[in-house]
Amino acid sequence: MSNVLRTPGGALGASLTLAFIVVAVLAHVIAPTDPYASIGSPLTPPSRTHVFGTDDLGRDVFSGVVHGARTSLTVTLAVIAIASVVGVAVGAVAGYRGGGVDDLLMRGTEAAQIVPRFFLAVIIIALFGPGLDRVVVVLGLTSWPAIARVVRAETLSLSRREFVDAAHALGARASRILLRHVLPNALPTALVVISLNAASVILLEAGLGFIGLGDPRAISLGYLANNAQRFLRVAWWMTLFPGAAIALAVLGLNLVGDALSDLADPRRGDRAARMA
Amino acid sequence: MSARYLLRRLAQVVPAVAGIVIVAFVVIHSAPGDPVLALAGQHGDAAYYAFIRTKFGLDRPLPEQLLVYAGNVLRGDLGVSYVHGRPVVAVVLERLPATLLLMTSALMASSSAGIVLGVAAARRADRPADLAVRVAALVGYATPSFWLAQIAALTLALGTGLFPVQGITDARQAWTGWRYAADVAHHLALPALVLAANELALTTRLVRSGVLEALATDYIRTARAKGLPELAVIRHALRNALLPVVTVIGGRIGMLFTGAVLVETVFAWPGLGQLLLSSIQTRDMPVLLALFLLVSLAVILTNVMTDLAYAWLDPRIRYE
Repeated sequence: MSNVLRTPGGALGASLTLAFIVVAVLAHVIAPTDPYASIGSPLTPPSRTHVFGTDDLGRDVFSGVVHGARTSLTVTLAVIAIASVVGVAVGAVAGYRGGGVDDLLMRGTEAAQIVPRFFLAVIIIALFGPGLDRVVVVLGLTSWPAIARVVRAETLSLSRREFVDAAHALGARASRILLRHVLPNALPTALVVISLNAASVILLEAGLGFIGLGDPRAISLGYLANNAQRFLRVAWWMTLFPGAAIALAVLGLNLVGDALSDLADPRRGDRAARMA
Repeated sequence: MSARYLLRRLAQVVPAVAGIVIVAFVVIHSAPGDPVLALAGQHGDAAYYAFIRTKFGLDRPLPEQLLVYAGNVLRGDLGVSYVHGRPVVAVVLERLPATLLLMTSALMASSSAGIVLGVAAARRADRPADLAVRVAALVGYATPSFWLAQIAALTLALGTGLFPVQGITDARQAWTGWRYAADVAHHLALPALVLAANELALTTRLVRSGVLEALATDYIRTARAKGLPELAVIRHALRNALLPVVTVIGGRIGMLFTGAVLVETVFAWPGLGQLLLSSIQTRDMPVLLALFLLVSLAVILTNVMTDLAYAWLDPRIRYE
């Protein structure tokens, strides 16, 4: 893992990702004010008191961005947790069992990959009302196919290796072989797809916030950009900073994904990226 | 490409479409609230509720309701819009051309520019020009489309005044003929460029790595050794490098729709994005469901076309 930091891209990506996580976790410490509190005059440009300026209701944009990062990270982590569990389980079983089970699971994976995540999330939120939990469930249950495909491919090739035969010969059960021998070796490749997936989830969450489907109780970067739309002519800072925060977080995760894929297999990097 | 392969691939469309229709059905049915109350109001009596329930088939078993629903969807009957009071399909089809115009322009721009930039970068691998293209591609891929749209509106439209900020035509002029086309193109330029940016970044990356890989192969060395002009060599390399690009571009149609919807919102482009936004605000569920089904269907059909194109381009592909 520490090798990721050796390449300039990997180091930059890891720092951006780490910075995003630190800001999100320490949001309540870093943000000078409540993101919903009206604390200054409206639409003031960036200044020493409000480094990112204030919005139309006199709210501190910097605090909004910091708390928006927290919402973004919360959603992304939860989505990735669901997607990884489902994806790894489906991929491992399909790759290890092979045959009819593999066929069935892969047909299911292809079917799940068809579902347009954004548009499904739109109808779910429109029907059930806004809320982070729905966003997490919808995106989590639709984001696993890429992970499943990569884990399946890795499991398939790893299962034929001698160390797996050896474990078999020693009487290890299938679950033990998968968990202790196969999956740890599949992890580097899976991580590539997972990090690229996380980047796309950040963009989707922001997109949902942007069309007004975010959770009104949890400020989001997309909501901030949406609110900025009406004031483009007068308050450039309202759109610049939230959008830049999203772009930097996504860039960080993509760079980490690239560095990981170069490490996992220098020649195969872009193939994993294509599947994501 | 054998007729057998064609038929097999087309047959896979059926379960895919069925799957999407089932997803839509399940989502509608798991929604909170009783549709009978929504139709009949809160203050009806039991007999009236029962009448409504029977009239709309809501008393039938769920599998039967699913079949009826699937039949309606297949016949193109997606219900009536709550807001527009017209069949949903008509409402959606009315908005589709503007979105398709935006998407195809963006895709053509990003594919052609992506190939040129990708080849240029691969030929100068690890030199400054290559690094610049790679950095630009990474940044372009990471930028949210709606934000890029806002920044473009802010700088290129409001800042320079060279481009219109919103809409598809100039409301003050009712052009016809060529003037009309030019007016639309003028309005199209900025949203299409913004939408193209994300795709361009990805296409460039894939073309670059593909060409780089191809340039290291024996057949390219042979081509060079027999003295082919450089352009012909590149054409050889591209032919193989473009195969995965076709798959990736085809596989991103859902993302392209998402991007188009977001970019349209910023530029008030009168396509599906505007329709989606207004339907969200008015909770016009039939329209939202129709948009979900439409995009899903587009994904399914594009996947088929991509696979067929792939099999046609690469004669090695044979499916048993």
